[in-house]
Amino acid sequence: MTLTHKATVMDEKAIRQALRRIAHEIIERNKGTENIVLVGVRKRGVPLAGRLQALLKEIESTDIPLGILDITLYRDDLSQRQDQPQVHTTDVPFDLNDKHVIMVDDVLYTGRTTRAAMDALIDLGRPASIQLAVLIDRGHRELPIRADYVGKNVPTSRSEQVEVKVSEIDEIDRVDILGVTRD
Amino acid sequence: MQTLRRKDILGLEEMSAEEITLILETARSMREIMQRKIKKVPTLRGRSILNLFYEPSTRTKASFELAQKYMSADSVSVAGASSSLTKGETLKDTVRNVEVMGVECVIMRHPVSGSAYYLAHNVEASVINAGDGMHEHPTQGLLDMFTIWEKKGRLEKLKVTIVGDIRHSRVARSNIWGLKKMGAEVVVAGPPTLMPPDLEVFGINFCSNVEDAVEDADVVMALRLQKERQESGLFPSLREYAELYGLNTQRLKKAKEDALIMHPGPMNRGIEITSELADGPNSVVLEQVTGGVAVRMALLYLLLGGTKEE
Repeated sequence: MTLTHKATVMDEKAIRQALRRIAHEIIERNKGTENIVLVGVRKRGVPLAGRLQALLKEIESTDIPLGILDITLYRDDLSQRQDQPQVHTTDVPFDLNDKHVIMVDDVLYTGRTTRAAMDALIDLGRPASIQLAVLIDRGHRELPIRADYVGKNVPTSRSEQVEVKVSEIDEIDRVDILGVTRD
Repeated sequence: MQTLRRKDILGLEEMSAEEITLILETARSMREIMQRKIKKVPTLRGRSILNLFYEPSTRTKASFELAQKYMSADSVSVAGASSSLTKGETLKDTVRNVEVMGVECVIMRHPVSGSAYYLAHNVEASVINAGDGMHEHPTQGLLDMFTIWEKKGRLEKLKVTIVGDIRHSRVARSNIWGLKKMGAEVVVAGPPTLMPPDLEVFGINFCSNVEDAVEDADVVMALRLQKERQESGLFPSLREYAELYGLNTQRLKKAKEDALIMHPGPMNRGIEITSELADGPNSVVLEQVTGGVAVRMALLYLLLGGTKEE
């Protein structure tokens, strides 16, 4: 089995525009940026949250705290995996109590990662609300979870993969759909 | 490497530098959990662990039990004196009985060297050696390395001096194996009668004079004088030991100014270490205890966090 490139669904410009739109939606929905904090879900949710932080500062001139969430210890599939994922450190250096937490991730798929991330957040404090921002929603939910802010809806089949690349990690901004072909 | 590809943690002699690095890095993430208000993650929910302590232990046992609770595992603890061992049941039978109750991991401390190996080769559950006789105490070795690594940022090329009864010390053995693998220089000091006869197999230097041994040391570790393990005649008296080998401020003058002072506990204050040093600014004795929980959480995660490879 090999993975082959099927289509590019977002380029650098599209990602930039999508994040800018999400930043405006966050401000509109929360009537400003008061009591808002950002939490990026490792790994690619972190740079995306960082960009939203910069955009919110540009638009509203406020500094919004940014935390990093590692959800490895909250996964519900650990006992089914051959290799356990490496644990990284969670770094949320501010109080979550009564804050509106904008949780940022790259792709929303089954919803299991989001559930784990919510469990992890709730163990750190009691937020007033948790809102979810994702760059890509590819469908196929296995849990009753939806995103509040979506960069792009990308209908996919389960056999396909969505690959998000961000310049902070991958040196390029791009979202591709990869298909599995049998050799 | 993301996975610890082994069933058991028996000793550091058999562990690679790569594995030790993975454990230390994982422990760093675990320490963050210990700093939270709610110290609990659901990672090992539904996994069952047995703590078998055939020797008295406060620190190690409490540390393992807390690590298990912070990771949401279910555990039972059995102390040697209250177990069927006193009724004549063999160790193997005890553990087989517990294993059919569904235990996936056994933490064992035992007075006989090699007992952890014996157990590991006779049960399917993972075995973590919490100290076997005079052989090894790998989790203590790992937590000591973790403490040094956190404070100094590295282990490579550090000079670590271990002072005391090396011969009877499983802590010293695990530290020597582990530190050597991670590229540290290890020097031991103490009465020649308390040195193991096969010191050269460890590849370390021996110094009978403590002042010389601590020269330029980055870390000085005092070992507990194990009064319960002393055969008669290995040294004249506790007072003489304290005078010749006990760590005090004066004796440490040649060590680096920022040298870490370590002790695996429990301390015999005034014998192997003075209170002034043990409670002084360079002492990391309490950090060792905190690091112990983090290291044990890391090991439980790495051993039980995924399924076993067939």
